[in-house]
Amino acid sequence: MRSFLYQRATDPGMAVQALSAAAAANNPLTQAAAQPLAGGTTLIDLMKLDVMRPAAIVDINPLARGWSGIETGGEKLRLGALAKMSDVAAHADIQRHYPVIANSLRLAASAQLRNMATLGGNVMQRTRCSYFRDTSYDNCNKRIPGSGCAAMDGVNRMHAVLGTSDQCIATYPGDFAQALIALDATVEITGKSGTRSMPFAQLHKAPGNTPDIETTLQPGELISAFSIPRRWPRSVYLKARDRQSYEFALSSAAIALDVQDGMIRDARVALGGVATVPWRAREAESLLKGQKFDDGLARRAADAAFADAKGRQHNSFKISLGKRLVARALQQASTMEV
Amino acid sequence: MTVAAPEPKANMGNPAPRYDAVVKVTGRATYASDMPLASPAYAFLVTSAIAKGRVESFDLADANRVRGVIDIVTHEKGPKLKELKLYSNGGYAGTTIQPLKSAEIAHDGQIIAVVIAETYEAAREAANRVTVSYTAVVPSATFDSPGTTTAAAKGQNSQFKEDPQVGNFAKAFEDAEVKLTASYDTPTQHHNPMELFSTSCAWIGDNLVIYEPSQYVYGLKNGVAEQLGIDADKVRVVNPYVGGGFGSRGSMTPRTAIIAAIARRLNRPIKLVPTRDQGFTIATYRAETRHEIKLGASRDGKLVALRHEGAEVSSRPDAYCVGGTKTTTRLYACPNVDSLVSIVRADRNTPGFMRSPPEVPYLFALESAMDELAVKLKMDPVELRRINDTTNEPIGGKPYTSRSLMACFDEAAKAFGWSQRSPEPKSMADGDWLIGYGCAATCYPTQMGPSAARVRLQRDGRTRVEIAGHEIGTGAYTIIAQTAAERLGVPLEKVAVFVGDSELPPAPVAGGSNSTASTCSAVMMVCDQIRQRLFKAMMPNQSLTDRAKETVGIGQTPATRAAKSDRSLDLEKAFDALGAGVVEEYGEWKPEDAPLDSFQAMHSGHVRLVGGHSLKDKIAYAFGAEFVEVRVNRFTHEIRAPRLVGAFAAGRIMNPRTARSQLMGGLIWGMSSALLEATEIDERTARYVNDNFADYLVPVNADVPGVEVILLSEQDDHINPAGAKGLGELANVGTNAAVCNAIYHATGQRIRKLPVRLENIEV
Ligand SMILES: Cc1cc2nc3c(=O)[nH]c(=O)nc-3n(C[C@H](O)[C@H](O)[C@H](O)COP(=O)(O)OP(=O)(O)OC[C@H]3O[C@@H](n4cnc5c(N)ncnc54)[C@H](O)[C@@H]3O)c2cc1C
Ligand code: SF4
Repeated sequence: MRSFLYQRATDPGMAVQALSAAAAANNPLTQAAAQPLAGGTTLIDLMKLDVMRPAAIVDINPLARGWSGIETGGEKLRLGALAKMSDVAAHADIQRHYPVIANSLRLAASAQLRNMATLGGNVMQRTRCSYFRDTSYDNCNKRIPGSGCAAMDGVNRMHAVLGTSDQCIATYPGDFAQALIALDATVEITGKSGTRSMPFAQLHKAPGNTPDIETTLQPGELISAFSIPRRWPRSVYLKARDRQSYEFALSSAAIALDVQDGMIRDARVALGGVATVPWRAREAESLLKGQKFDDGLARRAADAAFADAKGRQHNSFKISLGKRLVARALQQASTMEV
Repeated sequence: MTVAAPEPKANMGNPAPRYDAVVKVTGRATYASDMPLASPAYAFLVTSAIAKGRVESFDLADANRVRGVIDIVTHEKGPKLKELKLYSNGGYAGTTIQPLKSAEIAHDGQIIAVVIAETYEAAREAANRVTVSYTAVVPSATFDSPGTTTAAAKGQNSQFKEDPQVGNFAKAFEDAEVKLTASYDTPTQHHNPMELFSTSCAWIGDNLVIYEPSQYVYGLKNGVAEQLGIDADKVRVVNPYVGGGFGSRGSMTPRTAIIAAIARRLNRPIKLVPTRDQGFTIATYRAETRHEIKLGASRDGKLVALRHEGAEVSSRPDAYCVGGTKTTTRLYACPNVDSLVSIVRADRNTPGFMRSPPEVPYLFALESAMDELAVKLKMDPVELRRINDTTNEPIGGKPYTSRSLMACFDEAAKAFGWSQRSPEPKSMADGDWLIGYGCAATCYPTQMGPSAARVRLQRDGRTRVEIAGHEIGTGAYTIIAQTAAERLGVPLEKVAVFVGDSELPPAPVAGGSNSTASTCSAVMMVCDQIRQRLFKAMMPNQSLTDRAKETVGIGQTPATRAAKSDRSLDLEKAFDALGAGVVEEYGEWKPEDAPLDSFQAMHSGHVRLVGGHSLKDKIAYAFGAEFVEVRVNRFTHEIRAPRLVGAFAAGRIMNPRTARSQLMGGLIWGMSSALLEATEIDERTARYVNDNFADYLVPVNADVPGVEVILLSEQDDHINPAGAKGLGELANVGTNAAVCNAIYHATGQRIRKLPVRLENIEV
């Protein structure tokens, strides 16, 4: 960890101001000289590991009063970016009307982390690629653009099979983002010129040739809230992992179905643990829509979700695992009592 | 899982609560890095990013600019230290690779610089700002890597003396009615004790005090003195509490003398707290192993031929090996046995002891093979063990001092509900989960080493026991206190115990599960010396011969007989007769068959353990049986182990509460080793990749919903005065095989490579 300046932002304007002041426009956000601090469970870790070296951190926790609301009235759900993972996971209305959200949060990290961590920080968490998190490796395109990728032919069991590029195969590790992308969430962003909204699906960027650019946020911008347009009581989050708790997904599926008279009117399939960004499997969704559910259909949808998957030495198993998991999650969603 | 302490059965002590329970749960126990130092400087290590090659240059400019940096020590001005000598070659170290001696790099994460600063934060920041340029050479990472060399262990490792053999294996195997040949692999694992590998060094004049978590304070004291070229009497190692060891702190690592030398040069106490990932490379680890087992049996299940071949990875300069064939060739009755152990040298740090070093990998292989044989024979795996149970080991024909293996199987089977198992694989399920039951034998040699103790008893019963044993979390304080309380007939609360300090009378390394047997035997002996003095005082009319005998210290007298018996003492009367308020005794105890130089070695920090198969005309082991229920998800293939049941017999159980704790931890450790723990090596670079607790997985509470430990009553009068067999390393031995055997039962799939992960299952 290197010495840094600590600032506390007591209102959004001040936060944006402090973050923009330090930002050079051409920096990718992850390299910006000033970084917002929410729960700190990703940021402080990465600073201790010397992976992130901000000159300043801007503590946005004082904004919690305005930015941590959980608004569940009506069909629409609005979640403040500073709401704690644990509070959202435990919220009765969310458990009932948006089980995929509650469970994606409940199955993430540990109780202690969920008590500290915020929704905004959660979607912005960075990859767990061991080579990225260890600065003694010189070859990581995400950390040092153009330096190569140690994971490509290294220990890559945890790495992605979807959305990869020849520059980076790092997995997007979070769980909650799968639920957001599945449910067509929008993200509200507060910046110098006020607030704007965009589809959550546009927040993360696949690595392509610039794995160091992870999101479309600009330095000086903050996530202030997420909204989900409608309820999805028939939704599940399934997560396969090496241990029973406190572990990232090897593969996960966020599934939401709208079934009427045995017919699937709408279907949402998002994948975690297997892709470089929160991943929406639209091919699977279109196979499901307008069909009657059966196990064969679930399998075909799962196959479609992984049609473009590319495995490497240690992670090829994720393709068949992911398919089995998606099929199982679809079965569970279709038979769930709502 | 019940929280209540188990009721003692015959030949068990009281389940007294831990002596150190309150200080531990209230955070008042002082570990090495908690020890107060007068205005210390802080050290932070810089470790190599390559596994082989050399440092060409350092750029220290940026690092030196960090405010508070005092010095950056590299090989260019490294401390002058005497060569590291292995403990197995009469030295103290676990490796001969000496960092900061030259620009050469022999393994990943070798210490290449030490930053000293006014604060920990400044030292860390400066370390991050050190730039190193290397000339890297392609390293050999592990088995099958180009450039490794392989040779038989015998002849290159002074502690591996023989490849056990008996009868004519080749012929017997060829003629056997039923044959099995199978290969097994175990991975690299790291101990990862909670307490990091910290070291603080403070000089007071010519005298050095070291605060470091150590499993062998006498070894460390003598080893550091030797490296610094000073008198061992000038070095003191203090560690009243050690936050876990598991073998990683049994031998000296190079860091200690380096920090001591820098502290001397800067004339300031220095505190080093390395990071978790540095712990993977500055200490030892369990090396990966490979095995081939051949079993031949008659159709009724009797073993007629057994061969165990093992290969283990070690570093280039040091021939470390665990050689578990000494145990696996002797576990079952079998007239024709053969074995061979080889060492494969790679560009790695030197491996070392890790909880039950020989037994864990070698019994995984044998106990998996026994299960495979049972399947071939269509026989219950418990019955196969019963048919091949023995009272004498087959290599030398020596009798086991006691062996409750089958009693353990029967008790554990009953508690587990083994009779509910339908033998066919894949025949049991619950919803999405396939269920499998598996079992395996476990065992661990009973070992003892020379030990001294000092005990002081006051008229009011207050007692003070001093012994340089080690509280590594096992319960050493508690059982030493119990032993003294029992022998002296004083209440437990009146006994104060001092361990973890090299100024105290020497005790052996806390390794090989010898501590209880050794320290308690020594304490018993010294307590009996006190009893003898008191009884003698109360027997004023002893004959002249008896008095003479006591002066010389030979032969039996009424006082010695009383001292050794269970006769109780009226302390007030005895002290009145003595005419003093306090008695203090010091004594040195050594086990039967101990080498002649035992007592000298004990004082100079050399290990002299005896036991297991190395006893002259007997063989001593503790035994157990372990049963595991696994559940394998049909869809995700996730593997969970909701139930672990073990029954164990280990001679006298000094304290059923602390014993159960050790065994429970062992079962969990074993399950972890089977399903989770492996250090991943990048084969291109010979570097450890998952060197942190996020990536190196150990179980969380949700992974261990049910653990049951059954302690069997066992009396063994042929091992040591305490009658105790070590059990700290007993429970984690059989679990690897038990888990894999259960996975076979659940899925029909035999897995011979650890750890087993969901991608290894095809159902
Ligand atoms: C051991 C461990 C296990 C874990 N397991 C899981 C798991 O299983 N599943 C899972 O999903 N997660 C897991 N996590 C990750 C954890 O959920 C995230 O670290 C956490 O959600 C981040 O939230 P935070 O508030 O602490 O973020 P911070 O650490 O404060 O911030 C994270 C990043 O986001 C930026 N940021 C924070 N808030 C905002 C905002 N409002 N707008 C813009 N940028 C912002 C910060 O600058 C920083 O770069 C685990 C973490 C650890 C340490
Ligand atoms: S996968 Fe991405 S993050 Fe990991 S080493 Fe390669 S470039 Fe870096």
